[in-house]
Amino acid sequence: MISYSHHRAIKDQHEEQQMFSRRAWLGFFIITFCLVALFSRFVWLQIVAFDSYSTRSENNRVAVRPVVPNRGMIYDRRGRVIAENRPAYRLEITPEKVAGKKPELEALLDKLSKLIVLSKDERASFHKSRRHYRVFDSIPVKFNLSEREVARFSVNRHLFPAADVVPYLSRNYPYGELLTHVIGYVGRLDADDIASVDKGNYRGTRFIGKIGIEQFHEKALHGTSGFERVETNAGGRVLNVLERDDAIPGIDLILSIDVAVQQAAWDALGDRPGSVVAIDPIDGSVIALVSKPAYDPNLFVHGISQRAYREVLNMPGRPLFNRALKGGYEPGSTLKPFVGLAGLELGVVTPQTRVFSNGEFFIEGYNRPYRDWKDKGHGWVDMRAALEQSVNTYFYQLAMDLGIDRMHDYLSQFGFGSVTGIDIPGEGTGLLPSRAWKRAARDEPWYPGETVIAGIGQGFNVVTPLQLASAVATLVNGGARYSPRLLYAAKSAGVERAKQVEAPLVLQVPVNDPVSWQTVLDGMDRVVNGSRGTARGVAVDARYRTAGKTGTAQVYQLGEDKEYDEAEVIQSLRDHALFIAFAPVEAPRIAVAVVVEHGGAGSKAAAPVARATLDAWLDQEIGRGRQP
Amino acid sequence: MKLRLPTWLGAPRLDPVLLVLLVLIIGTGLMVLYSASGQDMAMVKRQAIRLGFGVVVMLVISQVPPLTLRRWTPWLYGIGIILLMATLGVGVGRGTQRWLDVGLVRFQPSELMKLAVPMMVAWYLHPRVLPPSWKMIAVTLGLLLIPTLLIYRQPDLGTALLVAASGMFTLYLAGLRWRVLLGFAGLAAAAAPLLWLVLKEYQRNRVRTFLDPEADPLGHGWNIIQSKIAVGSGGLSGKGWLNGTQSNLEFIPERHTDFILAVFAEEFGLLGVLVLMVLYLLLIARGLYIASIARDTWSRLLAGALSLTLFVYVMVNGGMVSGVLPVVGVPLPLISYGGTSAVTLLAGFGMMMSIYSHRKFIS
Repeated sequence: MISYSHHRAIKDQHEEQQMFSRRAWLGFFIITFCLVALFSRFVWLQIVAFDSYSTRSENNRVAVRPVVPNRGMIYDRRGRVIAENRPAYRLEITPEKVAGKKPELEALLDKLSKLIVLSKDERASFHKSRRHYRVFDSIPVKFNLSEREVARFSVNRHLFPAADVVPYLSRNYPYGELLTHVIGYVGRLDADDIASVDKGNYRGTRFIGKIGIEQFHEKALHGTSGFERVETNAGGRVLNVLERDDAIPGIDLILSIDVAVQQAAWDALGDRPGSVVAIDPIDGSVIALVSKPAYDPNLFVHGISQRAYREVLNMPGRPLFNRALKGGYEPGSTLKPFVGLAGLELGVVTPQTRVFSNGEFFIEGYNRPYRDWKDKGHGWVDMRAALEQSVNTYFYQLAMDLGIDRMHDYLSQFGFGSVTGIDIPGEGTGLLPSRAWKRAARDEPWYPGETVIAGIGQGFNVVTPLQLASAVATLVNGGARYSPRLLYAAKSAGVERAKQVEAPLVLQVPVNDPVSWQTVLDGMDRVVNGSRGTARGVAVDARYRTAGKTGTAQVYQLGEDKEYDEAEVIQSLRDHALFIAFAPVEAPRIAVAVVVEHGGAGSKAAAPVARATLDAWLDQEIGRGRQP
Repeated sequence: MKLRLPTWLGAPRLDPVLLVLLVLIIGTGLMVLYSASGQDMAMVKRQAIRLGFGVVVMLVISQVPPLTLRRWTPWLYGIGIILLMATLGVGVGRGTQRWLDVGLVRFQPSELMKLAVPMMVAWYLHPRVLPPSWKMIAVTLGLLLIPTLLIYRQPDLGTALLVAASGMFTLYLAGLRWRVLLGFAGLAAAAAPLLWLVLKEYQRNRVRTFLDPEADPLGHGWNIIQSKIAVGSGGLSGKGWLNGTQSNLEFIPERHTDFILAVFAEEFGLLGVLVLMVLYLLLIARGLYIASIARDTWSRLLAGALSLTLFVYVMVNGGMVSGVLPVVGVPLPLISYGGTSAVTLLAGFGMMMSIYSHRKFIS
């Protein structure tokens, strides 16, 4: 127990000072000890753990960001820009900077929507897309902001540490629907895309080719992603770039399409659904590939809304459907030149072989008549005349003589029944019937009557406009069959000259006798230029000589004895009009196939479209002095 | 006419050793502040003006004899208590009530108490026989607990801690018996769990964070983690002045105030830290020396207590920045940005200088 004597009321200064000194020394000793301990903590941090903290400091400071390569441009054959990159702005959010929970993000979106219009769709797709991004990635919310929106955000940027408006290049298709079915479009990278691409190369990429050239040549167009090491502050804003490995821009593509020809074909179709495919037979390059109706690809680049998409989907004429590639049509009489060539080359007929047409054809032992289009028939006709007047009886007989399997085998060399291998995805195969096919597909025997109508391109035969054009090109090119090519040349960044792309030769159809080929071409010449040609008059006043073949694809079967009266049949039940052509006859520079849906007779509806297409191409080709 | 200057103008009363040490520390502080503020010269100028004002205050006080200072003590203490109460009533500040706006200047009355409490305790013990009796201990505890609790209510844990410490140091230096001292320590240790109950939520978070900063690295743990990264990445010789990435890229929070030591350690490394600690240690040693040669009890106790309190500043701030102590708002003396704290500290050094320079005249 401490007890102090109150009698010792006198302070002992000396004793106090002694006491103080002892206490002060002790205090100083303790202080020194503590400061040494504190200092040893700094030794631990700055010497022992230096490497670890140094690394963490560096990681803090430096962020590695992908550098998105500029997507390759797309030009037409004449150098017109048909797909370009336009500077635009998008809104992005880094969810981790607002705790990353949905209520906080909703509040942020509410706040942002006072500056930038955000639709329900955009907000929903932002939440949905979140799981495809890594932690601390910024996630796009809205693309293609208006100038007003960008300005409004910029002024208020300090209020939104988690959001940013980022410049980017937006894909634009200046010709809109005219080239949709060729180029396709790019769209926002979705979950399926992310699963299929090289993630390293696409880390910063927000768009990917969805269909058409954009999809087929995605790899070339995309280029190679670079990266940059940037110094960022605690708020994630980039302060400066420490190191940069530039992206390799995508390759510029030059397509063989000639926009002028494409436009001419497009215009000539008018408002009728249909398709035009034009190919340069010399190299297999595609000059025009029209499918009508189409739609504006620019709608799809930034993600089309559900409503707008349904609208496009339900439009009459199915604009999303690429008729040139996938449309399956009965070839009708446009198949006759190929059947004729098969007969000549296989020695079943000669150019002089004649057949009598009296308007009806019967298979021995059957009494079902197969008709000519002309009431009382065409009389005696040889191959040339049979083509000129499109005499069914000639080809009924020829088909019977050839048999379905020989016909199938010969015609398949021209690409019927298989994909042409064009460089856009989604092509249809069409159908070239045979006994084997019917047995396999339908488990039924082949009937002779089916051979008869196959001879005039009816029955099971299905072709796509692209197949038809490619077959014509092969025919006029002495049997050299190329895979049609849309890609004409490719130009890497920094390279002066574009590198020409050659269409691959699929096969050379054997030529037994050149006279056979000439006979068929002569027949097609007479279709346009002969006095009885089914398409006579279509080439009036042309500066070049055209050959062709008309065709009609039946949409519904007429009763055996009913007369076909075009005027009475409503348009949707009318036959499809077909026309194939090439020109100039002496040295063909273009082969074209035209389908006009429900157009009626090929000569009336389809041939003028072909003429317009040929004009657009040949007038400038001749004008350029490139006529061989 | 002959101009006759007062003698003190010709030979000002000061301690050159203290002055040199202070100038070195202040110079270092301004240099670090220039970097920590993102090279904001205006901020450095503001701080320089405050420090200049503080130095003037120091030099003025050092001219005043300790006897006079001692006489003022009860008044200063009384005014301080009244102001503290007023602060609780009408104080301004972000979420806390620390500042008192008195027209021209806004200042924190709690800062005043860092001086007034040791002065008052020393004043009370000065005429009495030491070591202190139970009654004296009780009165002393009352004298320091009233302002401590008032400051704690603001709430300002850091300052409350420093005020309490300054009073306790006075008591310690006055010869408080070891048994009593150890008894207090034991009592404090036993009361620690109870303390948890009276802590505010944000203070509890600081303790939780201190125990496990990585639990919430982007939230509560951010300060400690980033500060440690800054210090650790400084290495032996630092990244160089103005080259601290943690500081310039704004990773260190409060980098020009409470965490300025992290900026310093990042840019000047372990060697810089060593030099700075030695400067502080010399400052403390000089203070204790002045105390030991003082001629009266009040001066001795006051100078000793102020020196020991300076250690608490350095220890708590250094411990916080290096992650060995929880985050408590204690500035790095004379280096952290802020006026009131610096002026208070310099006023304290003014008293030490007065004690030093008047030692021969005290009876």
